[in-house]
Amino acid sequence: MSLLANISMEFLVATGIGWVTACGVYLMLRSRSFPVVLGLTLLGYAVNIFIFVMGRLWSGAPPILGQGAVQADPLPQALVLTAIVIGFATTGFVIELALRSRAESGTDHVDGREPGERPEGGA
Amino acid sequence: MSATFADVMMQMFRQHLAVLPVLLPSLTAVLMLLIGDRAEALPRLRRIALMSVALGLMFALKLALEADSGALRVYRVGDWPAPFGIVLVVDRLSAMMLVLTQAVALPVLWYAGGGWDTRGRHFHALFQFQLMGLNGAFVTGDLFNLFVFFEVLLIASYVMLIHGQGRERFKVGLQYVAINLAASALFLIGVSLIYANAGTLNMADLAQRVPLVEGDGAVVLKAAALLLLVVFGVKAALLPLHLWLPATYAAASAPVAALFAIMTKVGVYSIVRVHAVIFGADAGASALVAGPWLLPLGLATGLLAVCGVLSARTLPRLVAWLTVASVGTVLAGVGLFSPAGLSAALYYMVHSTLVVAALFLLAELLAAQRGDAADRIEPGPPLAQPALLGLLMLLAAASAAGLPPLPGFIGKLMVLQASSGIASQPWVWAVVLTVGFLTLLGLARAGSVLFWSERPELAGSGTPAGASLRLLAAPVALLGAGVLMSVLAGPLTRYTDAAAAQLADRRSYVQAVLGVEGVITTRPYRFPAPDGEGRP
Repeated sequence: MSLLANISMEFLVATGIGWVTACGVYLMLRSRSFPVVLGLTLLGYAVNIFIFVMGRLWSGAPPILGQGAVQADPLPQALVLTAIVIGFATTGFVIELALRSRAESGTDHVDGREPGERPEGGA
Repeated sequence: MSATFADVMMQMFRQHLAVLPVLLPSLTAVLMLLIGDRAEALPRLRRIALMSVALGLMFALKLALEADSGALRVYRVGDWPAPFGIVLVVDRLSAMMLVLTQAVALPVLWYAGGGWDTRGRHFHALFQFQLMGLNGAFVTGDLFNLFVFFEVLLIASYVMLIHGQGRERFKVGLQYVAINLAASALFLIGVSLIYANAGTLNMADLAQRVPLVEGDGAVVLKAAALLLLVVFGVKAALLPLHLWLPATYAAASAPVAALFAIMTKVGVYSIVRVHAVIFGADAGASALVAGPWLLPLGLATGLLAVCGVLSARTLPRLVAWLTVASVGTVLAGVGLFSPAGLSAALYYMVHSTLVVAALFLLAELLAAQRGDAADRIEPGPPLAQPALLGLLMLLAAASAAGLPPLPGFIGKLMVLQASSGIASQPWVWAVVLTVGFLTLLGLARAGSVLFWSERPELAGSGTPAGASLRLLAAPVALLGAGVLMSVLAGPLTRYTDAAAAQLADRRSYVQAVLGVEGVITTRPYRFPAPDGEGRP
């Protein structure tokens, strides 16, 4: 019974991360800037949970020595905090950049022009 | 009272020297943000920026002289013992990269002071943040800290890239940010996989821990190392991850593109640290994971990049492809995974960075004198300073193509020598020599069109003004530093040889950082957990 419980929890988390990553990659490959930004954000979420899970899944194990029989690893939790902060800042920046790019080029296509439109200048 | 104030300051300086290359630009940047960037504050900002970078160059030179004695300078941030705290480690390679960064930054900053810094906001503060990220990436001895400094330099570079604004810059800016954010996500996945299987992220600790990981753990570690190779390959513009570079560098303003010349080298540096040292020949089951990839991809990058050089229609794009070509040669040298190959790669990397930075600046000076033809490689109106710019361009082109007696030649010769006796020697020789020849051809084509095919009828009323000595000083200084590398080739190659030998000596590195060798301070995870307790 306990073996089954072990498998299902880790399987569940891994599948969740995989699903969110797949959605992120799909959105990132779209041609409009807004889905691309959303895709990058989803990818960031998936990666954050991934880092967290790399400390393994524990229950009832505080990340502090002496508070229980077993301790969870505090380091991935510290790493994920750093990654969240950096991800948040870059997301804010990329949204602003996408808006400015939209205003400059008049289109939200990532190539800065609508498909079929002639590019400015040469190669 | 025996110790005077000056003594105390000197002692503090000696003690904290390793962190100063990071601290100095960050404090300078904060000071600049406090001053603000009103037009009347600009002369003061320029002075502060130049002084700060010059001071940084002196610190870097001091560190390099110290590192040349063979001693490793280890700085424990907050005095937390390694591997628990973050350590900064300055060895020969780190010190060399610091000197290179500052040596490129100083002329570029001088050039930007000629007018580019007025075409957008907070140029100088961002420049300093960029330097902080670069220097931090070169001195850190911790893999996650490397990620943090990558982000610092990237965030600064995102804004620097769109400096000057315009439709094209916003377009490539968005693409550049997207590809780098995706790369950062991969970086985090790689780093956390390494942590999960080795139980540490300290580079010295990893160097002694990775060889001990076997079985399934080693397989995952290898996957993580290859993920990191992808990440660093994106930064270094390794084929097939180079596609973002030419458009990005060609769209950036000249001083920004010149500074970005060093950014590809951060990728190369990280590949050396992670794949030639941590996952190097002594890494047990995960030894040399990048081995089958690096040399062929490096050579292919070089070949593809010269095709780009030959087909480029504008001068900045040609120089951007030259950047990719130089990365190809450097990574082919690293990919030999021998001290001789590494030494050759390091020497060639320093030289190519200087030349490429100078070429980006020269390209803009040329374009400014060509009226409507601007930076396109086609006949245009006569130049104001054809002889001067032509000579500088010739010098830069000969360096980039690797003609003797310029340092590009010495660097390539070292790569060729390092490859002698290995199975892939014919490939290395054929590709490096072809790349050199085709680079020469591409630059000769561009040069003859730019300087010899004039169309006087295109000249508008009045001849264009020549570039001022102030602006010309920057590319001249960069090229001069390049030529100096030829004069000082003896001592410099001794230095890079010693740097490569130092990188191969993992035992001294581990001892210097962790104190005692062979003590495993933390316990890697074991599956299943020994007692099964605490499991969900």
